[in-house]
Amino acid sequence: MMQYDIVVVGGGPAGLAAAIKAKKEGIDKVLIIERDKELGGILQQCIHNGFGLHIFQEELTGPEYAERFIKEVEKLEIEYKLDTMVIDLSPKKVITAINSVEGVISIQAKAVILAMGCRERTRGAISVPGTRPAGVLTAGMAQRSINIEGYMVGKKAVILGSGDIGLIMARRLTLEGAQVEAVLELMPYSGGLTRNIVQCLDDYHIPLLLNHTIIEIKGKERVEGVIVAKVDENKNLIIGSERYIECDTLLLSVGLIPENELSRKAGVEIDNVTGGPIVNESMETNISGIFACGNVVHVHDLVDWVTKESMRAGKSASKFAKQLLNNQDSININVGCGIRYVVPHKISLSEKKETIELYMRTDNVYCNADIVIQVNGETVKKLKKPRLNPGEMQSIKLQLKQIQLEKNPIITVCVDKGRAENGI
Amino acid sequence: MYDITIIGGGIIGTSVARELSKYKLNVALIEEENDIANGTTKANSAIVHAGYDPNSETLKAKLNVRGNKLFYKICNELDVPFKRIGSLVLAFNQEEMVKINKLYNKGLINGVPNVEIVNRKRLIELEPNVSSNALGGLYAPTTGIVSPWELAIALSENAVENGTQLFLDTEVIDIKKEESNYRVITKYKQFKTKYIINCAGLHADEINNMVNSDSLKIQPNRGQYFLFDKGIENMVNTVVFQCPSEKGKGVVVLPTIHGNLLLGPTSEKAYDKESFRTTVEGLDVLKKEGARVIANLPFDKLITSFSGLRAKSYTGDFIIEESRESNGFINVAGIDSPGLSAAPAIAEHVVEILHKIHEGLEKKEDFNPLRKKEMRFMELSYDEKNEIINNNPQYGRVICRCENITEGEIVDAIHRKVGARTVDGVKKRVRCGMGRCQGGFCGHKVMEIIARELKVDITEVEKDKKGSYILTSSKDANEMYNKINEVVVLMVKSQGENVG
Amino acid sequence: MGSKQIVCIVCPVGCTLKIAKELNEYSVNGNKCAKGKLYAIEEETRPTRIVTSTVKIANGHLNRLPVKTSSPIPKKLVFKCMEEIKRIEVEAPIRVGEVLVNNVLGSDVNIIASRSMYKE
Repeated sequence: MMQYDIVVVGGGPAGLAAAIKAKKEGIDKVLIIERDKELGGILQQCIHNGFGLHIFQEELTGPEYAERFIKEVEKLEIEYKLDTMVIDLSPKKVITAINSVEGVISIQAKAVILAMGCRERTRGAISVPGTRPAGVLTAGMAQRSINIEGYMVGKKAVILGSGDIGLIMARRLTLEGAQVEAVLELMPYSGGLTRNIVQCLDDYHIPLLLNHTIIEIKGKERVEGVIVAKVDENKNLIIGSERYIECDTLLLSVGLIPENELSRKAGVEIDNVTGGPIVNESMETNISGIFACGNVVHVHDLVDWVTKESMRAGKSASKFAKQLLNNQDSININVGCGIRYVVPHKISLSEKKETIELYMRTDNVYCNADIVIQVNGETVKKLKKPRLNPGEMQSIKLQLKQIQLEKNPIITVCVDKGRAENGI
Repeated sequence: MYDITIIGGGIIGTSVARELSKYKLNVALIEEENDIANGTTKANSAIVHAGYDPNSETLKAKLNVRGNKLFYKICNELDVPFKRIGSLVLAFNQEEMVKINKLYNKGLINGVPNVEIVNRKRLIELEPNVSSNALGGLYAPTTGIVSPWELAIALSENAVENGTQLFLDTEVIDIKKEESNYRVITKYKQFKTKYIINCAGLHADEINNMVNSDSLKIQPNRGQYFLFDKGIENMVNTVVFQCPSEKGKGVVVLPTIHGNLLLGPTSEKAYDKESFRTTVEGLDVLKKEGARVIANLPFDKLITSFSGLRAKSYTGDFIIEESRESNGFINVAGIDSPGLSAAPAIAEHVVEILHKIHEGLEKKEDFNPLRKKEMRFMELSYDEKNEIINNNPQYGRVICRCENITEGEIVDAIHRKVGARTVDGVKKRVRCGMGRCQGGFCGHKVMEIIARELKVDITEVEKDKKGSYILTSSKDANEMYNKINEVVVLMVKSQGENVG
Repeated sequence: MGSKQIVCIVCPVGCTLKIAKELNEYSVNGNKCAKGKLYAIEEETRPTRIVTSTVKIANGHLNRLPVKTSSPIPKKLVFKCMEEIKRIEVEAPIRVGEVLVNNVLGSDVNIIASRSMYKE
């Protein structure tokens, strides 16, 4: 059996940053296992710009952002295996992987960092009715086809879901000569960043139809069109609002789901809201020595934040490998009104940190609201926000000095005084 | 000239073909689609029924019970996974308990082994998650689950290995009655044949009416389904039915042979034979009906929904007989549920009919009942895996990460006797794209492998049906369509000598 | 001119800006920061965008090489720029930042590789 100090599962932005940080913290034997034929993960197909504003203070494309980290991996002589699939992980941190050259590989790691990223929600998961012709695909799949493989996926498209990938693909298809008829969004607000709506839709006069969905896909061999309809505030179809849009392609950008099948095999506890592992501020899961970071924990909007979170995971894992991390007892961070989830889920009592950063998403759009942290019912921190949007992750720093953690306080994050723009 | 031409490559056509390949006969199996099992066979409940449901004295009853008995042996010979997990029919009130009693008695008359009426206590032992409203029901331990398309493909492979000639992309345009034979006219080829066995499923009436005046009529009946992800299949241990009504056996909850959870079908009159679609209303019905059986079905774990069409006859029973007007023309029509369960027995029944009309039907000495085993790589031990990767590195490359399928398995699926030629063809054989990502990650890789192995351009690789192109590139769709047709012609030509 | 509404894309707040021209001066309302004002004026007078796409590459381990404009180009040139990009064919090895087309459409902007690709 091979022995490593730290094994990182996944060579995307999360895995790269975690491995680099671990190596820089003085860990010698770090291994990255990547299932694709190169490092970089999904960034390699995200050829648009907008990455790196926080980390590098410049606007990079996905491949440029990835390349900076890959070069660092090479420079630090971090080992990696490509085209290698991890098929099992035990709670004792034994990794079983497989590739064409070495066959089945068993590795004992001191610490494991899970960085497998996420996958796209499919047509089936959201049950779009209709026939099942060719031409229905996820936005990410289309992105890979066009940007990496070099093949167009259609000529006249409708996009369901206004997540960022959907918006980016609306522009990409348009630039490549396809006609994008509309982007439909079930919710009354877009799941994507406002700047993407302006740059990707408005610039090309692509209509964004909020409160709309697809009630039927038509076509026998290939998509021939879709029937779209408006929904009311309870997401019920508004009878009479149906109309037919002719198209040969339907792209779906209806959400991302952290990929945790491997985590489950190791007994890692999963949060039903995020779909990712329950972690403490060290990004450690309930299984001692198994860490997680990036989109496998919760879906981020910005890769810069993935990088930051992953560096924390890399640092903690290296402490663990040096037997310097002690995370036995912890207290939960409670999710209060207006908040969908908070990561990390827990704060450890034994790791004395001064501040920790909490990441969260709200459950609705709020205007002129505050994000509030309460300890035993008393507000200890308040962050004013002109606008809170579930599509945009929020972060807030918590000073631990003010809190007597050993007294088991009740810590709650909530939204206060806001005006919900819709619903509620 | 062929002795026999079987029209239709679904579970029935392939079962008949495999049964006939045991005899010294020259048999052609022709299918209009570009793959085996592309119609009703690929979208149904995948249940091998015990046989207590059909009315006694019907062909359905007789062939269902007999078919069920034959499943184990056939699946074993053909290396197709099959499990007898048993079934329950639930009763939610006393009225339904009366129906359960009737079913029990039918089961006894039909000769179904070990049927049992169960009370609430026994029910909970068998199905701990079942709705608290269920009072009891009928337990039939012989009910099984199978993958119908894998079975049909395996049957066709074994038939071809034993001499059956298979013609895909071969749509029957017309059939001419000649002096002592028939001439089956298709787009590219004509088949001179002594006998015709009409296993055309939804289109059995059209095929029949090309020759016969008695108008056989097939009514398509649509069933919609939900398929859930793996990991929750233990919500049910058996096939859980509700009490049958005049509309059919109702919405069923069951684990699939590959460990997913399946919910369905609805039962709706479909207006045409191409109406393979799911509807808002149909999927709503499933959610409501599913909740009757299991209170908290996890609808956030859905991976797909689909619909299939069942070929219902107007008699309500299977129609398996030589046409009264046309000697040597055998209809196997109206094969709705329990068609899959009965398929092996239907094939035997067809041979019995042939025995009566064809003298000197003789068995082959060299019939090989075994199909070349499929390598299910992830089921092997580490040592076995290493040895295989050593011999063929393609088995070390995992393509489908949801179902853990390697490149080696995909290549094998393409090059088998009845190999995959489309993305869905690969999916049906080795399940790439059947998992939770629905091909999002592996789709392109599968296309690349198909293109490489079949030596075609990747833009020519299709999803399933002819014309279901996936990539457009700079090419015009029409241009591509023509090219695909050329390829098909070449393939068909290379498959057998031209008769007629 | 009358006043015109645009959504600011400088940061995620997404302020709705009102811009109007009086005599030779622009007035901007609705911005919550100074960057918003600059954005509004630039978007009104000379809107620009970065263009990203891919080009054909030979001998690389992938079929396509991602590229971008070295700085934003006038919005009205975006489609013409795409036409220029579609004509480009390169050969591996390529280094990130390598100039593939100089001064595209006379805009003083270059088309550059946005990743490195080694020779296969």
